[in-house]
Amino acid sequence: MNLKKELVYTRPRLKLGYGWGHCPGCHHPIVEKLVCEVLDEMALAGKAVGVAGVGCSFGFFGGINVDGCNCAHGAAPAVATGIKHALFGKPLVFTIQGDGDCAAIGGGYVLNAAARAEKITIIMVNNANYGTTGGQLAPTTLLGQVTSTSPRGRESEQGFPIHFPELLAPMQGVTFATRAAPFTPAGYRRARSYLKTAFQRQMQGRGLGFVELLSACPPNWHMTPLEAIQWMEDRMLPEFPEGIFKDTGGE
Amino acid sequence: MSLPERVLVQGNEAIGRGAINAGCRHFFGYPITPQNEITEFFARELPAAGGVFVQSESEAASAAMLYGAGAAGVRAITSTSGAGWGLMQEGISQLANAELPCVIVNMQRGGPGQGTTRHAQMDYLSATRGGGQGGYKTIVLAPASVQECHDLVQLAFHLADRYRNPVVVLGDGILGQMAEPLEIRTIQFDTLPEKDWTIRGFSEREASQHNFISCGQGGVIPLPPYTSYAAFLQRLDEKYRQMTAAEVRYQSYRGEDSHLLLVAYGSTARVCQEAVDMARDEGISASLLRPITLWPFPSEIIRQRAAAGTSLLVVEDSLGQMLDDVRCAAEGRAPVHFLGILARHLPTDGGMILPDRVLEEIKKVS
Repeated sequence: MNLKKELVYTRPRLKLGYGWGHCPGCHHPIVEKLVCEVLDEMALAGKAVGVAGVGCSFGFFGGINVDGCNCAHGAAPAVATGIKHALFGKPLVFTIQGDGDCAAIGGGYVLNAAARAEKITIIMVNNANYGTTGGQLAPTTLLGQVTSTSPRGRESEQGFPIHFPELLAPMQGVTFATRAAPFTPAGYRRARSYLKTAFQRQMQGRGLGFVELLSACPPNWHMTPLEAIQWMEDRMLPEFPEGIFKDTGGE
Repeated sequence: MSLPERVLVQGNEAIGRGAINAGCRHFFGYPITPQNEITEFFARELPAAGGVFVQSESEAASAAMLYGAGAAGVRAITSTSGAGWGLMQEGISQLANAELPCVIVNMQRGGPGQGTTRHAQMDYLSATRGGGQGGYKTIVLAPASVQECHDLVQLAFHLADRYRNPVVVLGDGILGQMAEPLEIRTIQFDTLPEKDWTIRGFSEREASQHNFISCGQGGVIPLPPYTSYAAFLQRLDEKYRQMTAAEVRYQSYRGEDSHLLLVAYGSTARVCQEAVDMARDEGISASLLRPITLWPFPSEIIRQRAAAGTSLLVVEDSLGQMLDDVRCAAEGRAPVHFLGILARHLPTDGGMILPDRVLEEIKKVS
């Protein structure tokens, strides 16, 4: 009997060793894999520059074979703006930021980059709390969610979760605004398709693209990885639904 | 023979022309008085020169945009004043850590807080001490004329690239607003090393391996290019020592053997030149030392003069900031007198320390 061997699955070619560690059950490595796969598939790895925020994405570009940097807390959209204009719009420029980095301290940078219609892609990984600093309240923390700075559960006195893609969608400078939860095969395929479209729209020179990706944070949620996924299905997805909130289309 | 191009312009415009002559094609900035003419100059002139002008949403964003442009390997500049300078400090600290070259112009105004929109020299300490977090250093160049605004911006770009470090040009509202004849010229400097560390997409470098630029080194796993936090600090220390050894610049006015030595920078040094001339006319042995680099500071010449018994008079449009550096340099070997912002001729923010007031002080301490 002749057995034919076919490679059906491998680590992403752009991944360099295991340089930047994450906690067990964290979905940041899924985001890393997504970015690597999409850039590889689109043959953009050598034509891309990434900017990581402060927090759990800080070492992102130390561990993948894509030119990149990290920067001041929240400032990634402005740094991306600097890179894009410095090179007269040539490379694909994208950011990887957490929800605290992107929506709290960096919220103003995102809105103004969107208002200027910067041709960049912002990827926000939303785990509903501050991961690196030990699980404090974030702008994305759900009502009732217990964090170390909302010890009785977030009450409305501490405000309400922010929905960034929905917020950005009406802005004229925004070409693409989406959210996906890549912790199931279907969610992963959706996230991959969104990211690909976001990069395409940028290369078409259409404006700012925003992709929110939900992630678990088991240690700070005080859950096992499986409990964390269950909590995402029960609590996070109803608050942060997947979908395309805006797509101006190509051309 | 063709004469060099001479124009009558403000210091603010001279900054812009100097940057373009240095090959800078990228400006990122936010409006604030009294430097708006710089921002407006670039908005007007850069597109015509094949460059890009971006108006940022804040000075914090300006510094972040410089970070991106510096990382991409181009010469980029921003300018600000007062509260905008304050907002920029974190970004300058990140630039210093990530070792990214760029030029930051601060045309100083009165502080603290919103202070005033008019001239002052009140950001000396935050410029020379590393005003943001973590104890970094930037070379600080202090022009005293419109011509020097133009020339020192070009030097600033060269030094930024040579040391992979942000360089600050510290002017003030008077320098920015006053007009003088300017000779337009492109200054030639030594050859610089190739920027092989930039992030532009690795295909641009015809490479197959990425570059990574980081503004932090902590954590269990070291981030490249440094093997540890200590190795990174070692590199910074070496760089700051090299700058201190090689980049001190100052100008001596009317000799180096007077009984009284005035120390002043920027527009205040211009006032002091006049006061020294007036003193000499009256037979008083006074001269002026004008630091051109505020960091690294010309400490050695001041130490020598103090050791030789020369009295020192610091004239500075603040409550006393450079005064600290002069006192440190004098090492207690000579009296250090001070004439500051309280000696202005008017109580409004338009007041100035005028030459006759400086002369009065010269007579008092001589």
